[in-house]
Amino acid sequence: MIDVPKVEDLLETLEEALRLEIERRALENPLMIGIHSGGAWIAEALHRRLEIKEPLGKLDISFYRDDFSRIGMHPKVQTSQMSFKVDGRPILLIDDVFYTGRTVRAALNEIFDYGRPSAVVLGVLLERNGREIPLRPDCRGGALTLSKGQRIKLMGPNSLKLSMHTV
Amino acid sequence: MTAEKDTLQRGPDGKLRHFLTVEGLDRAFLELIMDTADSFASVTEQTVKKVPLLRGKTIVNLFFETSTRTRTTFELAAKRLSADVLNVNIETSATTKGESLLDTIRNIEAMHVDMFVVRHAQSGAAHFIARHVAPHISVINAGDGRHAHPTQAMLDVYTIRKHKGDFHRLKVAIVGDILHSRVARSEIAALKILGAEEIRVVGPRTLIPADIQSLGVTVFHDLAEGLRGVDVVIMLRLQRERMTGAFIPSEHEYYASFGLTEGRLEQAAPDVMVMHPGPINRGVEIDSKVADGERSVILQQVSHGIAIRMAVMSMAMHHQGAGGVA
Repeated sequence: MIDVPKVEDLLETLEEALRLEIERRALENPLMIGIHSGGAWIAEALHRRLEIKEPLGKLDISFYRDDFSRIGMHPKVQTSQMSFKVDGRPILLIDDVFYTGRTVRAALNEIFDYGRPSAVVLGVLLERNGREIPLRPDCRGGALTLSKGQRIKLMGPNSLKLSMHTV
Repeated sequence: MTAEKDTLQRGPDGKLRHFLTVEGLDRAFLELIMDTADSFASVTEQTVKKVPLLRGKTIVNLFFETSTRTRTTFELAAKRLSADVLNVNIETSATTKGESLLDTIRNIEAMHVDMFVVRHAQSGAAHFIARHVAPHISVINAGDGRHAHPTQAMLDVYTIRKHKGDFHRLKVAIVGDILHSRVARSEIAALKILGAEEIRVVGPRTLIPADIQSLGVTVFHDLAEGLRGVDVVIMLRLQRERMTGAFIPSEHEYYASFGLTEGRLEQAAPDVMVMHPGPINRGVEIDSKVADGERSVILQQVSHGIAIRMAVMSMAMHHQGAGGVA
């Protein structure tokens, strides 16, 4: 049995890692974008804690997924909310679980359709094994090694909790 | 007939294969189309106004009848989904040299295309093509004869939903040339499915089909009466090119009886919205003051047309199970 880490502990570690990264790279006034839906919940908490001035951006990457042809349109795609200009700005991109890396690729493609940010920092609550493309997070709240069929998912938006299941 | 249309339009999994008519579709499905259109709203806010959903797909606009608005909004919708678009204007092409419709279709099919958007003067043309195309090709009806114009009806109900939220208490008047209008037929069907309280058709006797009541509408031959208390007015274009018989005495007289003016609009509910599928004939069916007035949503209809067409195309395309790699 694997111990499922507590979201609050992971959030604290991630917040600290992001602070250090912002300082180390001297990122001025970074914007924050959360990936729908789990990433956006995490981003909401971090947005408060890091006192980001501009409103939080939210991306629904459904139209940028690489498996559209296999699974088709999602029945309820949320509208991406990007109420700021990304050109020349550093961006903190936030997701809940980093797994294959495909979601982040889709998110990056979508962000670059909004403009050209000066930098993108990827922060994730939890990194698990199973990368399929050469992308990895800059900051993470924690890491977990799972077997092939195991999945971990963030439940929310009220009282965020990680939940394990096997496919 | 309805059952046949349904299996033609929707696959065994219920997903859209072809979009030919709104008739036979249920309310949840029309709402799904509108919800999907909503989700494309943010695309126009992007610097690059495109999503890669239909990248690598080829969509053919097959127009046997001229159209500017419908063709360009279909083209733009396809391009915003990153599809490649081929515009085939048949009036100036091979059919005028005697090639049959099926031969034309077979030839374009052989160019490895994925979707036909069809506009044809003959009722049933899109159904005919849908029945005969290769299984991987989707057909979208962009207007067939007097029969149907489903994406226009969808963009109209989508525009109404944006303003009114719900259809249950709505009184809608469709005014003008109902007889020649595929738009009216599709709108009536869509409004019925969505549960509008009352649908009225208003126009001179010569321009309203005799059996129209069977569609569940009330008929008015007097504009003031027909507009009384309505929440939505949909004006139809007087289709001059189809006016071969003695349908109306003159355009001037038509305007005097059925032209929408500010004064006449006072009969309607205070927050009435005025719609028109375009192109508008100013001073024939609608006064410029109304067309450009604050209650007019005519230009919003055009923008919504792009979102609705993006929704329908992306929904129909994915049944094919190929391409679409971001």
